[in-house]
Amino acid sequence: MVYRLAVIDVERCVGCELCMFACSRRFGEGGLAKSAIAVRSIGGVERGFIVIVCRACSDPPCAKVCIVNALMIRKGGGVVLNQYKCIGCGRCIDACPVKAVFWNSEINKPNICVHCGYCAKYCPHEVLKLEKVV
Amino acid sequence: MFKSPLTGNLGESYAGGRSATAIRMAGYGAIVIRGSSETPIYLAVHGDKVYFRDASGIWGMRSSYTVGRIIRELEPGAGFRTIMRIGKAGEQLVSYACVITETYRHFGRLGLGAVFGSKKLKALVISGKHSIKVPDSRVYREVYDKIFDLAIKSPLMKKYHDLGTAYNVTPLNELKALPSLNLKQTSLEEAVNISGETLAENYLGRRVACIHCPVACIHLASLREPYEREPYFYKTTMVSYDYEPLYALGSMLGVTNTIGWLKLMDEVEVQGLDAISVGVVLAWATEAYEKGLITDRETMDIKLKWGDYNAYIEAVRRIVAQPNEFYASLARGVEYAASKYGWLDFALSFGGNEMPGYHTGLATYITYLTGSRHSHLDSAGYSLDEKNIKAGRRQAPNEMAEALFKEESWRQILSSLVVCLFARGIYTSSTVIESLKAAGFSSKFELTEESLARVGVEILKYKYMFKIREGFNYKNLRIPKRILETPTPLGLLNEEEIRETINIFFKFLR
Ligand code: SF4
Repeated sequence: MVYRLAVIDVERCVGCELCMFACSRRFGEGGLAKSAIAVRSIGGVERGFIVIVCRACSDPPCAKVCIVNALMIRKGGGVVLNQYKCIGCGRCIDACPVKAVFWNSEINKPNICVHCGYCAKYCPHEVLKLEKVV
Repeated sequence: MFKSPLTGNLGESYAGGRSATAIRMAGYGAIVIRGSSETPIYLAVHGDKVYFRDASGIWGMRSSYTVGRIIRELEPGAGFRTIMRIGKAGEQLVSYACVITETYRHFGRLGLGAVFGSKKLKALVISGKHSIKVPDSRVYREVYDKIFDLAIKSPLMKKYHDLGTAYNVTPLNELKALPSLNLKQTSLEEAVNISGETLAENYLGRRVACIHCPVACIHLASLREPYEREPYFYKTTMVSYDYEPLYALGSMLGVTNTIGWLKLMDEVEVQGLDAISVGVVLAWATEAYEKGLITDRETMDIKLKWGDYNAYIEAVRRIVAQPNEFYASLARGVEYAASKYGWLDFALSFGGNEMPGYHTGLATYITYLTGSRHSHLDSAGYSLDEKNIKAGRRQAPNEMAEALFKEESWRQILSSLVVCLFARGIYTSSTVIESLKAAGFSSKFELTEESLARVGVEILKYKYMFKIREGFNYKNLRIPKRILETPTPLGLLNEEEIRETINIFFKFLR
């Protein structure tokens, strides 16, 4: 079965960022350096939040611009990063229209969502969900 | 931490939002700001880079909201930065000006805003995205999950998620412990209009969380106002509401018109004032005006009257603008104003700090008087009172003093770790020790319950050393007569008992 992470009701988001911390915690560390999900306000918290996650595109623009083929098409949509091939040029960041390619400046490589759903488990307000891809 | 322009002594203030996490994520444990600038500036700290930016263009701006909006556009780090800023009150050095962070949270008490203002520091932006290494990732995740579960399942989670801290208005009003009309009363018939229930049902527009907290206790009311001269033209303002401002700008001033309260609250935010202090200052001024002790000459024709929120909105503006000596005195706090104009008996400040919203019994006043910040959160006497009320007993002074001393000492640990005090039930000393070990501190500190308790006491003693150096003497603490005249749910207080309990408390500090 293949899954993809989805934002099912962004209006419920309270901006706690538990999801962002969860994402870095997958790697057994604290902080935010490795997070592949971002939450920020729509120009002030009073207007609510946007939750930026990889959409798992079937024809991902990020993969198209990677000159060393470090971003491989993932079954069910999105991409898988091959860290060893990646040269840290950052072209994928610019290619993603929803800005879901994040940057780990500690190692100078992108953070790419693997659609594992770990973040969704920690969202207390049912904003995120791991969906089956048919 | 700072020296308080309000009390002339120890200043310490805490806020929600993102500032603590942002400082850590930028790679720091603390940021110290020394000296002052000649011209207005704001500071931006992004990871290991520090920028001094010119702020002359935003100095003097009418609304603190606008300042936030502008800096938000100028600086990177959206989503994980903190923007601490001051309003006009801070620039004008009002002794209880606050620092606003993430638009709706505040370093509210004791005048940090004026400290920023005196440094010509309009704002402080901090962002970073560091990783934090832990010694054992399995243990780290386990401890994390345990705390996460406790937070999600805690009954506080539901209470504060649903109604926010405004929840407290109704029970305190029913208990007759809600200071009203400058504590001439302890409940108001119309308090329901400013209760958490009424606000949530009719005005709640959005809930927001501090970073890394599932509770989302920050409640924003949506205030929709028509423009008078243009039909179908509205402005919608989001106003944050919490228990303390509902008390200080609501019951204390008799403002029980919901929309009126929201408008007054909004003006206090625009100016960047501590809502508790300004409410208590205005309550004193209203009573003095009512009694004819101050007149239109002082108020410059503002007719201060319980419940008249329009008069209060105008008075708030003048406290900041300080057009005459009277308003300039109000800008220095109720202790100062009442010392100058007289009528200290009903000037409700303790250790120079304006009173928080609990007239629950003896313990709460012992907290205001003995707490190192003279804040209700120092040792939460109100919570001890509530327990005593439930048990139907009057606690003996020595037992009470000891309980409060223990509580304040333990809170030194929680505050040093920047634990939200709402979560204090979760962060018991064993959880704190477990967390510190998981974060890799076991080799750096001796982590036992006894050693933590000892460090807590030591921190508190250091704070008191500073206070004494700056002239604090508990024997000189002023007890406003008003608190002895208005009965608490535990009966009338008497000065002797208060003094006795204070004396015992300070014995523990030796
Ligand atoms: S965990 Fe859920 S509520 Fe919190 S920021 Fe992420 S999406 Fe929003």
